[in-house]
Amino acid sequence: MFESLGDRLQNALHKIKGYGKITEDNISDMMREIRLALLEADVNYKVVKEFTNTVKEKALGEEVASSINPGDLFVKIVKDELTELLGGESEPLNLKGNPALLMLVGLQGSGKTTTAGKLANFLRKKHSKKPLLVACDVYRPAAIDQLQQLGKQLNIEVYQEGKKDPVEIATNAISYAKENNYDYVLIDTAGRLHIDDELMDELDRIREKVNPEEILLVIDSMMGQDAINVITGFHDKLPLTGVILTKLDGDTRGGVALSVRHLTHVPIKFIGVSEKLDGLDSFDPERMAGRILGMGDIISLVEKATETIDEEEAEKTAKRMQQGKYDLEDFLSTMKQMKKLGPLENLIKMIPGAKKMGLTDVKIDPKQMAHIEAIVLSMTPKERRNPEIIKASRKTRIAAGSGTSVQEVNKLLQQFDQMKKMMKQVTNGNMKLPF
Amino acid sequence: MFKSTEEEEKEVPAVEEKEEVEDGHNPLAIDQEPVVLEEEKEIPEKKEKKGLFKKKEEEKKSVKVYEKGLTKSREGFVSRLANLTNKYAKVTEEYFEELEEILIMADIGVNTVMEFMDRLRDRVRKENITDPSLLKEIIVDELFIIYVNDEVLSNKLNYREEGPTIMMFVGVNGVGKTTTIAKLAHKMIDDGKKVLMVGADTFRAGAVEQLKEWSLKVGAGFYGKEESDPASVVYDGIELAKEEGYDVVLIDTAGRLQNKVNLMKELEKMNKVILEKAGGCDETLLVIDATTGQNGVSQAKAFKEITNITGIVLTKLDGTAKGGIVLAIKESVGVPVKYIGLGETKDDLQEFDIEKYIYGLFKDMM
Repeated sequence: MFESLGDRLQNALHKIKGYGKITEDNISDMMREIRLALLEADVNYKVVKEFTNTVKEKALGEEVASSINPGDLFVKIVKDELTELLGGESEPLNLKGNPALLMLVGLQGSGKTTTAGKLANFLRKKHSKKPLLVACDVYRPAAIDQLQQLGKQLNIEVYQEGKKDPVEIATNAISYAKENNYDYVLIDTAGRLHIDDELMDELDRIREKVNPEEILLVIDSMMGQDAINVITGFHDKLPLTGVILTKLDGDTRGGVALSVRHLTHVPIKFIGVSEKLDGLDSFDPERMAGRILGMGDIISLVEKATETIDEEEAEKTAKRMQQGKYDLEDFLSTMKQMKKLGPLENLIKMIPGAKKMGLTDVKIDPKQMAHIEAIVLSMTPKERRNPEIIKASRKTRIAAGSGTSVQEVNKLLQQFDQMKKMMKQVTNGNMKLPF
Repeated sequence: MFKSTEEEEKEVPAVEEKEEVEDGHNPLAIDQEPVVLEEEKEIPEKKEKKGLFKKKEEEKKSVKVYEKGLTKSREGFVSRLANLTNKYAKVTEEYFEELEEILIMADIGVNTVMEFMDRLRDRVRKENITDPSLLKEIIVDELFIIYVNDEVLSNKLNYREEGPTIMMFVGVNGVGKTTTIAKLAHKMIDDGKKVLMVGADTFRAGAVEQLKEWSLKVGAGFYGKEESDPASVVYDGIELAKEEGYDVVLIDTAGRLQNKVNLMKELEKMNKVILEKAGGCDETLLVIDATTGQNGVSQAKAFKEITNITGIVLTKLDGTAKGGIVLAIKESVGVPVKYIGLGETKDDLQEFDIEKYIYGLFKDMM
């Protein structure tokens, strides 16, 4: 629903075009677009302000290299800066304790219980150790039941004492974990408002008593400007060690990630990416930066491709490309693979910078694709491997065989030739990608 | 028209608060009322106006609870707006910038705020306004216009004259659908209606159980089955409601992110069943969390495409979030707010009133 930053900047570019340098005068429109893009992504107002100032400082005086579009340069500065702000390396969990204690806190409905299940599952898989889930949400109806059901699905034990004092439950759970040789204890707490002193005190009492290695704030990625109050509210009362951002499988930009980092410097450790119990990923700052800016989702594109494309086949083709041996036989198999990916228009939209390249409005006629396929199929295998041998009489035959015209056969051969040249460039590393 | 609301709000005596809290106290609910209470009492004008009390019992209660919840979200917003008008002797560009910040911080959509600011600047220029204090009324006025947009808005729920009234609750994960149903059921039961809760969130672990526990607490009927097709649960639920003569059927659905095609299709299927079985929903309420940012508009748009959303329930307004995105939703999708949620007990649900909402946010500077 929102325009990506790249698209926005295109609209503001006219001012900067023709200038050799980025100056105070010609970037005000650009800064406005950056600002709006970030606000639309729910980045905190104050963070946006500081951030745009930093970007401005970095951009001022920057040479607008003739080969690169100044808009691209700008987007790159913004994206790099964002990535840096979001934290370079992803920080691992501190699991030194025996058992290691992890406590999950957050507002109501942020996804603590589901995340607790996911995290236990993740830790068990990654370290092949034994986790214990502890039900300390004694307030919300059926919260204990929910955790127990998750435990059953995952085959992970859940410790619960019904609706007792959470501090006591947590303490008992740890003794239980020690006795029964559990390696990790994950404490699920009730959702609470950061301004609810009584309940915030309760969390602090649990912390005091059990002294967890990790206190993880679970936060909904769809959160708006109020995130600042929530994050600082929790952080002021509890020494947070990390943040887990949930529901990122929605279409939110997730600007809250930036607010978290900028305001608290607490690292984001995981992101929730599906409702399935393995839907927890490590946090990737660069990917997040791209998302906040609404840049194309090259990663989804790759994921989709790996899901459907026959890897062996693709590798073979890639090798032939590198060797400059890509021929019409390979082209045919590539086309078959592409068909499996679904409508090309959808794929194209995922390419970063697609709009700028004028690709988003491309309508690909499936008939046209069928014609191309027919032409290639009307060639003999020898012709496909050596397209240069196709001369007049062969062209007439191919055209007749495929129900097309010689012109169309010519066009295809020409385009194939161009494609081969382009591939050479790519594999030689001379091709500049837009981002 | 604004005046009356203002008086109504001020007339609520502080003493009343206490009674209500004690009555509505629920041992299982998170108990935060006492904190609010003290803050409320500190508002001096409440005590001063005590003697002027003359409204009906019902209305008093409504305004009071409403204000109680909004106090937290109001404090930040209003004090900043008041500061703003005190800080600036004249309406300047800095004044506008700061106002814009306040509005954006309330999560009123970015586009809505930008257009609002443009209109305000225009009006200031045309009417030659230089005194910031004169702008207060205009700001409220303009926000009001954005929301109301010349329509006649009603937050009354539609009830069927014959046969059970069907209401379905939809929304993304974790917004408070189940709790909202419990609160609404409690209200309806108080009004003498026979209410059946149908647990069609067969996906999330414990969701059916959660609704069931609520049904026992508020005295509603219950039907639900875990791990079965939600459409079939809805079918059976409506059947049961007809057989046993329920007045209202409240259907709880699984939380679903609006971009999940399969889940949205599932919702479509449930709708079809309701259409066949009972001639469609009388109300389809989209539940939105007040902490939601710009994504709220996307949620409203997507759900409106699949179901005929008749209103919004804005939950969790007892926190510091202002839920301003509902203004943008009303403006761009046309769906009005019908109820607001202000806490976790069964009494924490109020009919939405845009005047009270906006005035609640700006009250101290009026």
